Amino acid sequence: MTAADPATGMSAPPPKARKWTGGRITGHVLMALWIVSGAYLVYYLALNIGSPFVQRYWGEYVDGFFITVQIVAISLAIGAALSIPIALARSSKLGIFRWPAYGYVYFFRGTPLLAQTFLIYYGAGTFRPELQSIGLWSFFRDAFNCVIFAFSLNTAAYQAEILRGAIQNVSRGQWEGGQALGLSKAVIFVKVILPQALMVALRPYGNEIILMIKGSAIASIVTIYDLMGETRRAFSRSYDFQAYIWAAVLYLLIVETLRRIWDKFEARLTRHLKR
Amino acid sequence: MDEVLTLISFGDQGWGDEIAEGVLVTISLAIATLPFGLVLGFIIALAKKSDEPSVRMAANIYTTIFRGLPELLTLFLVYYGVQIGIQELTKLMGLDVYIEVNSFAAGMVALALVFSSYASEAFLSAFRGIPQGQYEGGYALGLSRFKTLRLVVLPQLIRLALPALGNLWLILLKETALVSVIGLSDLVRQAGIAARVTKEPFLFFGIACLIYLVLAMISSAGLTRIEAWSKRGDTAR
Repeated sequence: MTAADPATGMSAPPPKARKWTGGRITGHVLMALWIVSGAYLVYYLALNIGSPFVQRYWGEYVDGFFITVQIVAISLAIGAALSIPIALARSSKLGIFRWPAYGYVYFFRGTPLLAQTFLIYYGAGTFRPELQSIGLWSFFRDAFNCVIFAFSLNTAAYQAEILRGAIQNVSRGQWEGGQALGLSKAVIFVKVILPQALMVALRPYGNEIILMIKGSAIASIVTIYDLMGETRRAFSRSYDFQAYIWAAVLYLLIVETLRRIWDKFEARLTRHLKR
Repeated sequence: MDEVLTLISFGDQGWGDEIAEGVLVTISLAIATLPFGLVLGFIIALAKKSDEPSVRMAANIYTTIFRGLPELLTLFLVYYGVQIGIQELTKLMGLDVYIEVNSFAAGMVALALVFSSYASEAFLSAFRGIPQGQYEGGYALGLSRFKTLRLVVLPQLIRLALPALGNLWLILLKETALVSVIGLSDLVRQAGIAARVTKEPFLFFGIACLIYLVLAMISSAGLTRIEAWSKRGDTAR
């Protein structure tokens, strides 16, 4: 029974009985389908946890996972470093800086990551004599380096756009305040503008990390044995579909965990902005 | 220079016609995926804004899965999953036939799954931009729920969702490149074949990238016009 309101002495009306509308039935049917498929998936995975497939390949999946983490972490870090000058050039008043930066960002955001990776991995062969003469051939011969190179350039373009948008969002008064304190432009940028811009950019950065994790699966096409590469190898050897099921579960776990951690992290860092 | 021109010319000597075929496959895959992705995305958005918690939850699970999986993995799951499923089924029925899954169809299904889960978010945020009064006005005129949705809400919704959907279209166009991995002769695959035969990988992958850029530019120009068209009522005010 609900407690009576002390002022009026009346108790709140009981909640309305919810009818079994068409929508509610559909929803329950759909949820039942998800639950049954989820339960079947858990059952299937539990059944196969001791199977020869898992015993044979789980070590390789772990190795692949670490390669994926490496690719993503290194590319994101290099991309982040590259994105700062690109973003600055992109918002520069001078055309000689602005236009090349615009072209760079447009190219890397407008073409598929797969085509970019091919362009660098296979395309490097075209310039073999030139690359050999400057001693860079051994770098481009290695598929891992090519993937890092392509992914870094790609994510640098996306991160530059995130950063540019965030910097533009910081109000002019912040620049003026810094100038009034007699700070140099560089110091204002690093100590006043950048921290505020990064705060706004947290959410798009989180999305970019997730896009990078998903995009890194492309590395498997150019002979890298990342998580996806190991999956494809395991499948081609065993012709056992559970190879892809395990990969799907692992990728979903990685992405969901990261998304949740990032949400918490963002909520924590921006708690002073909540009203 | 002449050599390069011969390589990219149309006809027996050049690879222009092969690449043009690839472009056609890329474009038709993207265009064929779009309506399914849009309709599915719209239905999922409706489910996500439903009053019924179970419907919302079911839709959220769908988008969590297809937004969390790498597109390449979704493609393999669909391609090999359907293939193995059909094999098991024919074995069960006692038939001994080998059915190969069409890579165009597999690509379409996988891309539509991914597209729809992103499109549902675009539609959902557009739904939030439509005031409750629009629905109430529709009901007050005696329109049914479906008619209110179709005649009152949808025309405004499309206008609100267009910028986000335009971005998704550009992403879709790029994602079609992945189907080259399951053997569909799209732009990337044709460029790859040309690169291997002629030993000019940089030229052909460079051309492929430039074609993607041109497609993106054409799309952007088209989207700008569609957006202007959708907003043609605004200027009268």
